[in-house]
Amino acid sequence: MVESVSSWSRNGLRDFLLQRLSAVVIAAYIVTLVFYFACHPALQYYDWESLYTASWMRIFSVLTLLSLIIHAWIGMWTVLTDYIKWILLRGLVQAVILLILSICFIWGIMILWSV
Amino acid sequence: MKHDKRPVNLALTTLRFPITAIISILHRVSGLLLFLSLPFVLYLFQQSLASIEDFDSLQDCFQSVILRLVVWVVLSALWYHLIAGIRHLLMDWGVGESKTGGRIGARIVLVFSMAAILLTGIWLW
Repeated sequence: MVESVSSWSRNGLRDFLLQRLSAVVIAAYIVTLVFYFACHPALQYYDWESLYTASWMRIFSVLTLLSLIIHAWIGMWTVLTDYIKWILLRGLVQAVILLILSICFIWGIMILWSV
Repeated sequence: MKHDKRPVNLALTTLRFPITAIISILHRVSGLLLFLSLPFVLYLFQQSLASIEDFDSLQDCFQSVILRLVVWVVLSALWYHLIAGIRHLLMDWGVGESKTGGRIGARIVLVFSMAAILLTGIWLW
């Protein structure tokens, strides 16, 4: 069996499962934020800051960030392998996407830890 | 084996994507858009948490129509991707897997995401 070295988990079924698990985490985060915004119609800085200094929100945020990176990688991988058949170009685009996602992950952690 | 006598239909006006195909491609397009907007969203998030001055200046920036439009487009992509994703999860569960079920689901996705996008627009303005 030939494995695809550039997929997230090098296993299609596991990718499929991770795509869905990460989607559920992200969806839960969106629902939480929508609920928060609904409860704070005129949002002030100190409310917003105190939300992100809470431990549960930090853990939830890092978890969501990680899910987002995995979700985006699997999604972009699926789209790229469908549309870019030239392996050299696809590898290059995949490398750029991996770089952007890695930067976003580290940047996100930096933002969360600067609060 | 040749199929020379098969009818050829190149009247492009008679060829239409089924609604399920449109829903599917929009899911991909919105996903791509969300990926591309990730640095922008992180930047806004950073500014909102940096300090009270940055938070207030960000709120002032939201007076600009262009920023609101960009945020609206990103949120629209998010709603669409979320709702179409829920349909995907339901189909994994076995709900709406048939041909008609798929079409009905696609219509529901369109209606729900349109409503969410409109509500977000009202909330932003």
